[in-house]
Amino acid sequence: MSVSHADAFVAFEHVQKSYDGVSLVVKDLNLSIAKGEFLTMLGPSGSGKTTCLMMLAGFETATNGEIKLDGTNINMVPPHKRGIGMVFQNYALFPHMTVGENLSFPLEVRGMGKADREAKVKRALDMVQMGAFANRRPAQLSGGQQQRIALARALVFDPKLVLMDEPLGALDKQLREHMQFEIKHLHESLGITVVYVTHDQGEALTMSDRIAVFNDGRIQQLAPPAELYERPDNSFVAGFIGENNKLPGTIEELSGDKALVRLATGERIEATPVNVTQKGQKTLVSIRPERVEFKPEMMPDDAHMIGAEVLEVIYMGDILRTVLRVAGSDDFVMKMRNTLGQTKLVPGQKIRVGWDPLDARALDPI
Amino acid sequence: MAEVSAAAVGLTTADGRPLRTALATAQQRAKRRAFLLVLPLLAFIVITFIVPIGQMMHQAVYNDGFSANMPRLSAWFAEHPVGTDPDEPAWQALALDLQDAATAKTAGVVGTRVNYQMSGTRSLFTSTARKAKDFAPPYRDAVIAADKKWDDPELWGTMRQVSRAYSLNFFLAALDMTQDRQGMIVAMPEDRQIYVDLFVKTFLLAGLITLTCFLLGFPIAHLLATLPLRWSNLLMILVLLPFWTSLLVRTTSWIVLLQQQGVVNSALVATGVITEEGRLQMIYNQMGTIIAMTHILLPFMILPLYSVMRPIPPSYVRAARSLGATSWTAFRRIYLPQTLPGIGAGSLLVFILAVGYYITPALVGGASGQLISNLIAFHMQDSLNWSLASALAALLLGAVLVLYWLYDRLVGIDNLKLG
Repeated sequence: MSVSHADAFVAFEHVQKSYDGVSLVVKDLNLSIAKGEFLTMLGPSGSGKTTCLMMLAGFETATNGEIKLDGTNINMVPPHKRGIGMVFQNYALFPHMTVGENLSFPLEVRGMGKADREAKVKRALDMVQMGAFANRRPAQLSGGQQQRIALARALVFDPKLVLMDEPLGALDKQLREHMQFEIKHLHESLGITVVYVTHDQGEALTMSDRIAVFNDGRIQQLAPPAELYERPDNSFVAGFIGENNKLPGTIEELSGDKALVRLATGERIEATPVNVTQKGQKTLVSIRPERVEFKPEMMPDDAHMIGAEVLEVIYMGDILRTVLRVAGSDDFVMKMRNTLGQTKLVPGQKIRVGWDPLDARALDPI
Repeated sequence: MAEVSAAAVGLTTADGRPLRTALATAQQRAKRRAFLLVLPLLAFIVITFIVPIGQMMHQAVYNDGFSANMPRLSAWFAEHPVGTDPDEPAWQALALDLQDAATAKTAGVVGTRVNYQMSGTRSLFTSTARKAKDFAPPYRDAVIAADKKWDDPELWGTMRQVSRAYSLNFFLAALDMTQDRQGMIVAMPEDRQIYVDLFVKTFLLAGLITLTCFLLGFPIAHLLATLPLRWSNLLMILVLLPFWTSLLVRTTSWIVLLQQQGVVNSALVATGVITEEGRLQMIYNQMGTIIAMTHILLPFMILPLYSVMRPIPPSYVRAARSLGATSWTAFRRIYLPQTLPGIGAGSLLVFILAVGYYITPALVGGASGQLISNLIAFHMQDSLNWSLASALAALLLGAVLVLYWLYDRLVGIDNLKLG
């Protein structure tokens, strides 16, 4: 899904942000978000993603460039006039108010009558299955319940756009996964636009329509989850999303969508060129561990085979994580499904591994 | 559920002892050691704090200046009801007691005690005591011959009042009231009412000082809590600096600044704001007391406020703003309520300190800026009416305790956050 600037609901145009006047935290950001889209900003801490969210919410001002909401420039609009719902990392539920008062607050400041307010608060609480908790204080709720209330509060005044700043970061794994689906379902049923910030790639892959991977103040890749995972544009994205084997080498031949790479040990493998442009260039070939095979009958016809030595087999329940020595690198990982009758590999065993050339992506070296 | 019902009937340990006893035994050693550790402090507080306060409270209702030195007359008053005219045995008791007082040189003490209730009587006791050794029956005529002021029903009524060592006379005096001859409680004559007005003034000034401390301290505390650490540390040192400076130095520097030939006045004259003749009187009056005490008590407001504000994350106000609140609404509805424990603690602290403040008003208060504590000090040091001083101090203590209780009822003492 690509969005042109013209019909974008939210648009960042050449946005730059500096806190100290010396260095840029956000460097020339261009991003268009469609109405109803679930867009995730993913990146390590300090990559500029939260700054982008804060600029959109109005708590930070862009040093340069324009931020547009529904076609109008909102650079100078104060936060309370933007009508954007926001869920904070620590929920920011007002501790001195009950749950009901928390939800009523955005309606009160909009001057809504008491009867209307109560109806809306009730509807919002029912939406997150917290209808019975209106008279509790936030401190009396568990983390997951507070999270739901924060969500209901951000939605109760019917904003068109909802921002979420690592909203599930404080929850345990099981609850987090459960809430991911709930947020996703709410997004689908309400038809709102969501901009979601996280550093958890699993969360990003599960929930998003598109993911913008941030690093060093720039968007490294903007793509739907499957494309991002299977066809990373550069080494950073390949390394940041999922596990990844990297084989360093040099481009020996380059023709259209095929490249021949000579590895450090002299072996030659085929790969799909992504951001290499000429012969003799250094490259990192990236291969996902679950795409590596060692049984010839499981490999496609044109698969490339290479010698490997088993170093370690780690039993992880659903998979067997096998660490191999391949082409001189000691940390090449192969994930084997733990099926009945799976071949038992032992350390020291010599095998041959292979993969589809489409899964071997020749990227920029870092 | 099983555990809950078992606890109700009383769990036992494996060897059959009740669990509660076993727990107490197991913890006894640790508890005893903890108690021994706090014992020095406990003893210190009891000796230097509880005992003097108890003595002071006792002093306020107990004065044996008369009863201990005039035992016969005190006994006569005890035997005869109010309104009995003094008969010959009464005069005899007075004469013999005065003889003894003259020998023991305690007539002055007795006179002083009576004088507290009825002025101008101290000399009557001392002068009559000097002639007492010649008294012979009939005593009534002998005593009146020595000084005819003795034949005064008012004097006898007063002596009856002070003949009991325990009395509420001093509390009544501290509240501008007194007992008449029949023992009824009446207001002091208008021109002798000073204490109630001074109490009211003290509480009003303390309230005003608390308010100015709050108005000045709140923004500073907020700044301290939100500035980057590097700057807030510097600012914190500036806030704490007065703590490390002597109270006298700070007070006298206000004198230097505010007096009529002082820095502020001269600057105002130099810039033409006021004329040479119109130099402002800013010290040795109420204004001096307010300015100097506000400055001295400000840290006591800032520190509790700061300690409450520091942990309030900025996301609360941000959340309120994103929900549609203007910055003023976000402050009033979200930020301010969360600082209430600090406001309460700071205000209570400043108010209680201000109500009992002594040195600063004594130095810069002049006549109009004196507080109740200055009068207490006067009675302690100059008039030597310790009982009245104690009664005034006890009333002050009582008023502060009532305020504390009110605060607990209205805000809740667990909402107090001092740091």
